[in-house]
Amino acid sequence: MKDITYAAPRTLAETTALLNDKGDRARILAGGTDVIVQVREGRRDIDALVDIKRVPEVNELSYDPAKGLVIGAAVPCCLIYENVVIAKAYPGLIDAVSLIGGIQIQSRASLGGNLCNASPAADAIPVLIALEGVCDIAGPKGIRSVPVEQFCTGPGKNQLQRGEILVRLRFPSKKAASGAAYLRFIPRNEMDIAVVGVGVAIQLNAAKAKCLAARIALAAVAPTPLLVADAGAALVGTTLDETAITKAANLAQAAAKPISDMRGDAEYRKHLVGVLVRRALAIAIERAKQ
Amino acid sequence: MSKKLHITCTINGNATEFLCEPRNSLLEALRDELKMTGAKEGCNNGNCGSCNVILDGRLVNSCLVMAAEVEGRSLTTIEGVANKESLHPIQKCFLEGAALQCGICTPGFIMATKALLEKNPHPTEHEARHFLAGNLCRCTGYDKIIRAVLESAECAGKK
Repeated sequence: MKDITYAAPRTLAETTALLNDKGDRARILAGGTDVIVQVREGRRDIDALVDIKRVPEVNELSYDPAKGLVIGAAVPCCLIYENVVIAKAYPGLIDAVSLIGGIQIQSRASLGGNLCNASPAADAIPVLIALEGVCDIAGPKGIRSVPVEQFCTGPGKNQLQRGEILVRLRFPSKKAASGAAYLRFIPRNEMDIAVVGVGVAIQLNAAKAKCLAARIALAAVAPTPLLVADAGAALVGTTLDETAITKAANLAQAAAKPISDMRGDAEYRKHLVGVLVRRALAIAIERAKQ
Repeated sequence: MSKKLHITCTINGNATEFLCEPRNSLLEALRDELKMTGAKEGCNNGNCGSCNVILDGRLVNSCLVMAAEVEGRSLTTIEGVANKESLHPIQKCFLEGAALQCGICTPGFIMATKALLEKNPHPTEHEARHFLAGNLCRCTGYDKIIRAVLESAECAGKK
């Protein structure tokens, strides 16, 4: 690896000051599973790594049925899926965090990092969008909040401005009769990059017969992970019958603008969007009815 | 050149100090500075698991940890698995089951097996294969490795 400096600040203020001083010559180190490889392979040219894991706020992991779920930006995947309360309330989130890399990666990789790395194929992002996640960003001017679906601005690019750091992700409390799911297609059983990823979240009425709310988000079919608002809207007020689900799947396919690459051509990816939306909805509906 | 960093940590139960450059990975510090060459550099990008060590109870790829990050932390490496007199049961099972050919991936597999059995002492074959998905072996075809892992679990159970 090229010569760099390493800093491990202990407060958010110290971190933002350091990031503001160094601008894009510095990069945050949380789990390091993306950034270390990028710097080592010369794909990211920086002078400094700023290890944020000694900053208390980015390590918070808490769930309060009244206030919702808070996941600090540096919390590794393993702590999320090992938390039985969170795993029970947010099984759709667990789908994603338990399939990112192998066990060794899950010991280190964070949702904050997955989001900031802004890969179009990021496994966590569709379900973070579907679950109405909000990013809290700290910077020289204070804290601002951005919905997850607006955080990524292009492949490898995100909303963060000079001096800013993603502190945490916040999610609303689990709603009654709600369910979510994440599914991806890969040609292997484990350890691969999504050809297409689909995250969905739905909420049913008290009788569990009608859909009150639905969100559908896609990965690996556009320059950024994508919220397909009209696909979710097509389910609201329906009984989630075959007609409604077909309409949602078709709208999701229409919103997908994939490229062709070594993992799959555009037509194949569009087809997969339809298949995965149907399958993910079936899982989410089953979870909502439990 | 950036100033060298002085790192203090615990490795295999021993208080350890070393110097590293800020750009060094934990794997580089272990192999080049501490001369602990049990952890192997395979892919150096987190795919193969040959450099696996256990950091504060968690299995990690030491190529994806910066050496500076281990300040104050506790590590177990392959060098700390056997005791002075005898091999660890996992090592015995790998040896007796011929679960290796060239041996480069073996330290990583043994560390991953150790982490697996600490978390789940009686894994099914499916669970073992899932847990070891981050470790690559290009010689054996995995069957003998998986058998050795399941055998290790049985041996440990008998004690």
